[in-house]
Amino acid sequence: MSTVPEELRYSKEHEWVRVDGDVAVVGITHFAQEQLGDVVYAELPEKGATVRQHASMGVVESVKAASDVYAPVSGEVLERNIKVIERPELVNQDPYGDGWMVRVRLADRGELQPLLSPAAYRAHIGENAGTGGD
Amino acid sequence: MSEAALLRTPLHAEHVALGAKLVPFAGWEMPIQYPAGILAEHRATRAAAGLFDLSHMGELRFRGDGALAALDRLVSSDIAGLAVGRARYGLLANERGTIVDDVIVYRLAADDLLMVVNASNVAKDRAHLASRLPAAVPLADESLATALVAVQGPRAAGIVAGLAEDGSAAMLAALPSFGVARVRVAGIEVVAARTGYTGEDGFELFAAAAGAPPLWRALLAAGGSAGLVPVGLGARDTLRLEARLALYGNDIDETTTPLEAGLGWTCKLDKDFCGRDAIAREKVSGPARRLVGLVVEGGIARHGHAVTDGGVEVGRVTSGTYGPTVGANIALAYVPAARAAIGTALAVRIRERDVPARVVRTPWYRRTA
Repeated sequence: MSTVPEELRYSKEHEWVRVDGDVAVVGITHFAQEQLGDVVYAELPEKGATVRQHASMGVVESVKAASDVYAPVSGEVLERNIKVIERPELVNQDPYGDGWMVRVRLADRGELQPLLSPAAYRAHIGENAGTGGD
Repeated sequence: MSEAALLRTPLHAEHVALGAKLVPFAGWEMPIQYPAGILAEHRATRAAAGLFDLSHMGELRFRGDGALAALDRLVSSDIAGLAVGRARYGLLANERGTIVDDVIVYRLAADDLLMVVNASNVAKDRAHLASRLPAAVPLADESLATALVAVQGPRAAGIVAGLAEDGSAAMLAALPSFGVARVRVAGIEVVAARTGYTGEDGFELFAAAAGAPPLWRALLAAGGSAGLVPVGLGARDTLRLEARLALYGNDIDETTTPLEAGLGWTCKLDKDFCGRDAIAREKVSGPARRLVGLVVEGGIARHGHAVTDGGVEVGRVTSGTYGPTVGANIALAYVPAARAAIGTALAVRIRERDVPARVVRTPWYRRTA
């Protein structure tokens, strides 16, 4: 499994976004969960809540520390992943799959533009892109 | 302190080879976790065995005629009554009756005592002790020359004994809790003590620095098939907190007293020791606050978080974590004595929200075997 999947966009705060029409699925990256260590608690915004790009929308706590989860896009929360609240370790085990956090109805597709491409995110975390990344 | 100034234990290269995440701790570069992670390391220690590098801990040695009597006047517990080959937990207190450090004193021979102190307190303890010891009892700081490796967990004793030669294996097997003996493990001369900081059975093995790497490698190789894994300071903290073992600098310090901390049992008030009078006075009046165990519903309490009652701050969290074996968010906190009863409903302020918490019986974890 790639640690930076090609089909996603990324924030500098280590969230990923999967866009399907006007809906975005959001989670935290493999790099982020590795830095956190074992996630043992998660707080996510409820259905119907409004999240704002770059503002805190939730918290994940590892044994050692609490970290904010920032919304990479603005919009209305359509669903939060109850499984992650019940079993926070899913964030470590499958950050791009079962460890997803919220589905958001995009308020402004223009907000996707400044998000990082996989290559730019790899550079951001100091990972060698392997394909002539700068 | 800059990274370059950090001390390294004799096992530093072993940690690097194992892929440990190293962090600064009390002036040392120490493994906080290995690739398996804190939860896996915690669970392995409870189910099988964990291997810990504790070489950062301080070792102070007292030899000579009056050593036993002199330490009895400086440590809160009964040191004069300590038999050869036995160890005892106790406190160093100051004249105000607050806690300078928590220590274990090992009586290795009639006139030979070893005191293990917290790494962060070595210099402070030395000054505290040196100014109060009689001239006839010299204090030797052996911290840098001494490595300390702990093996903890239900399979720890079998793993250690399996690496000892016949005579040593029998001595280890017969060693009671808080017993201490000189033995050979994996061909290395060690002082083996049946002590620990995890709530499990196990040994702490003191060795000369040069003996530590072969000892560590032999334990890992021999214990691997029994489920032994290396464990970092992260899981050491969750293990000790579930067992309600105090951490100096978090739960106890020079602003806290033994009675507040629930450590009155370590104070032998019918003898004379530094801090005794102040502690005896507090015993009469009763401590104004107490260190209690909490279970927190909705978020993890951390050191420094406020404890509230009806929206009003009434205390402070000193340690908090998710307890992997307990399966709940647990914390220690100082609260007013009137709010310390088991079952009292309180709250912990986490991210500006008062999250429900309840005073519960401790320890949260007690081994069954």
